[in-house]
Amino acid sequence: MTSLPESAALPSPAVEFHDITAAYRTQPVLWDIDLVIPTGQLVAIVGPNGAGKSTLLKVALGLVRPLTGWVEIFGEPFETRRSWVGYVPQRESVDWDFPTSALDVVTMGLYGQLGWLKRPGRREHERALACLDRVGIADLARRQISQLSGGQQQRVFLARALAQDSRLYMMDEPFAGVDATTERAILELLQELRSLGRTVIAVHHDLQTVGEYFDHVVLLNLRLVAAGPIASAFTHENLTRTYGGRLTALTQATEALLRSRVPPSESIRGPERR
Amino acid sequence: MLELATRNVVLGASLLGIVGGALGCFALLRRQSLLGDAIAHAALPGVCLAYLITGNKGPESLLAGALIAGVIGALLIVGVVRMSRIKEDTAIGIVLSVFFGGGIVLLTYIQKLPWGNQSGLDKFLFGQAASLMSSDVQVMAGLGGTALLVCILFFKELKLLAFDREFAASMGLPVRSLELLLTVLLVVVVVVGLQTVGVVLIVATLITPAAAARQWTERLSLMLVVAAAIGGLSGAVGAAISAAVPRMPTGPVIVLCASSVLVLSILAAPQRGLLHAHLAERRAGRRIREENLLRDLYLWGERRGGDWSHAVSRPVLMGSRGLQARHIAQLGRRLAGRGLVEAGTDGLVLTEAGNRFAKRVVRKHRLWESYLARRLELPSDHVHRDADVMEHVLSDDAVEWIDRLLGHPRLDPHGRPIPEAEPT
Repeated sequence: MTSLPESAALPSPAVEFHDITAAYRTQPVLWDIDLVIPTGQLVAIVGPNGAGKSTLLKVALGLVRPLTGWVEIFGEPFETRRSWVGYVPQRESVDWDFPTSALDVVTMGLYGQLGWLKRPGRREHERALACLDRVGIADLARRQISQLSGGQQQRVFLARALAQDSRLYMMDEPFAGVDATTERAILELLQELRSLGRTVIAVHHDLQTVGEYFDHVVLLNLRLVAAGPIASAFTHENLTRTYGGRLTALTQATEALLRSRVPPSESIRGPERR
Repeated sequence: MLELATRNVVLGASLLGIVGGALGCFALLRRQSLLGDAIAHAALPGVCLAYLITGNKGPESLLAGALIAGVIGALLIVGVVRMSRIKEDTAIGIVLSVFFGGGIVLLTYIQKLPWGNQSGLDKFLFGQAASLMSSDVQVMAGLGGTALLVCILFFKELKLLAFDREFAASMGLPVRSLELLLTVLLVVVVVVGLQTVGVVLIVATLITPAAAARQWTERLSLMLVVAAAIGGLSGAVGAAISAAVPRMPTGPVIVLCASSVLVLSILAAPQRGLLHAHLAERRAGRRIREENLLRDLYLWGERRGGDWSHAVSRPVLMGSRGLQARHIAQLGRRLAGRGLVEAGTDGLVLTEAGNRFAKRVVRKHRLWESYLARRLELPSDHVHRDADVMEHVLSDDAVEWIDRLLGHPRLDPHGRPIPEAEPT
């Protein structure tokens, strides 16, 4: 494994969203997000369905291009920091009947470091196996991935991200639909990552465990409702503001925008892009 | 001369099969099988226009025309999906029919031209492998070999693209360029197959070997090899058949050969095959009938106050589950062979080992009933049918876990004793 510099030497913060407005397909789902994610913490992104949680991750990962604003990862644009970032997509986003083994999927996490035209060899497979071991399923390495349970599949995805050996991990609902054993294994892994000075941003659905599992919370519903340490930000009032009141004005604005057929780049202060 | 022609046909057809089989795997896994069909149909107007422009029927210009038209067709599909609200299947249908319609119009127009050398373009519809020349095969080998090489060089990237596009993009892979590359490779396969199989049936050389190969392996690299082998072999065999038997069209025969392999694979492949599933089901059915018979024998002994030394007559056993005499005879023979029952003239009786086995089944049944009644609070008259299934499915570990969970109950919800677990 490549050794990372001490977390103190890392520039902070981990991620800065500057004035992000993003439309996914035709629907604007994020409005004017200004957000700072501190380094070395476990950060939960929380909000109702359709609040733009996954989109926020995808903007940070360069998968969705924002209409306005920019993102900095450890003080630099994503393109130059790509190798510092690991990604765990939603489990349902791939076809698990794909002809490949658990070990092979984890090895995919090393493709970025491996570069073009090079094939993964024994060294890569050993590293991948070590990552599977860290999530507790090294014995399933040769299994075809459709033969794994949902929790085991989720762990394969986490092991793949571990193989990326990143300073910052973005996880889209890592706890969704997993068994109790897997949930404990994932939690232990997150705590291990934190003790190594890594930052984890995870979309999380289970409000009951937010306070127990995470240090920092981002409450999101189309716009940023609140963000901060659990103690100050994860309050009843903020939750009510996130989940409770319908944002009729914002929803109406969105629909009006769609009906108007104005090109999205023009409609939301497009020219200001950096 | 005839031999040389046959050699050309067999070579060309197996070449197409190998390249189509390997690249078809990616099309199949990315659910883009029909994209290949659209590209193939889109190539036809390219061939016609190339002929109209150059006035020349050499393979280079015609295949170049097909290549360009195929890429344009593929890009149009992508463009329509991205720019409008039209979904991909619709876009594929539109491009396929518009290009093919245009191609047929051009073809008809060309055939009515008074030039004299225009005959033979219609072979691109269904292919006419018999007319393949050595120069054609050389062009095909060059194109196909290049496509195969590219596919091997970028195998790792193409695999990641096919499995998890977003992860690939987050890692910095140029996914759009890779998708374009894959599309161009599909077009190349189409171009390679134009003269052998023709635009209408090329899609079969892409998807049929790949679909067959998927049945046999769970590893992508192996799937590519198997698909290439199936494609190459059915190409060679199909071409040989059509050369040996008069009035046999090459392309369609090749397609039928590959389809036979596919049908065989769907039926006979291990794990994924229908035959395997059927046999597994039959084995499970037999096991359930055996366990039921053992349980029935146990229940009769229980009714006699725990005396299992009497044989239970065959008609009684038939009556309890509506089985026929020959079923009982068959089951009795098999269980006797395993030393679980003794079959005499007056009926069946459990052996020591059979009794232990039956106890385990009854234990699973009654513990599951207790679990449903106590934990899920179902009324006791609702739990029996469910337990009838679960007694055959639950593992010993799961049952002991339930036993501990319920605090080692002695009686089931109907008040009958739950037998103790005994080591076998």
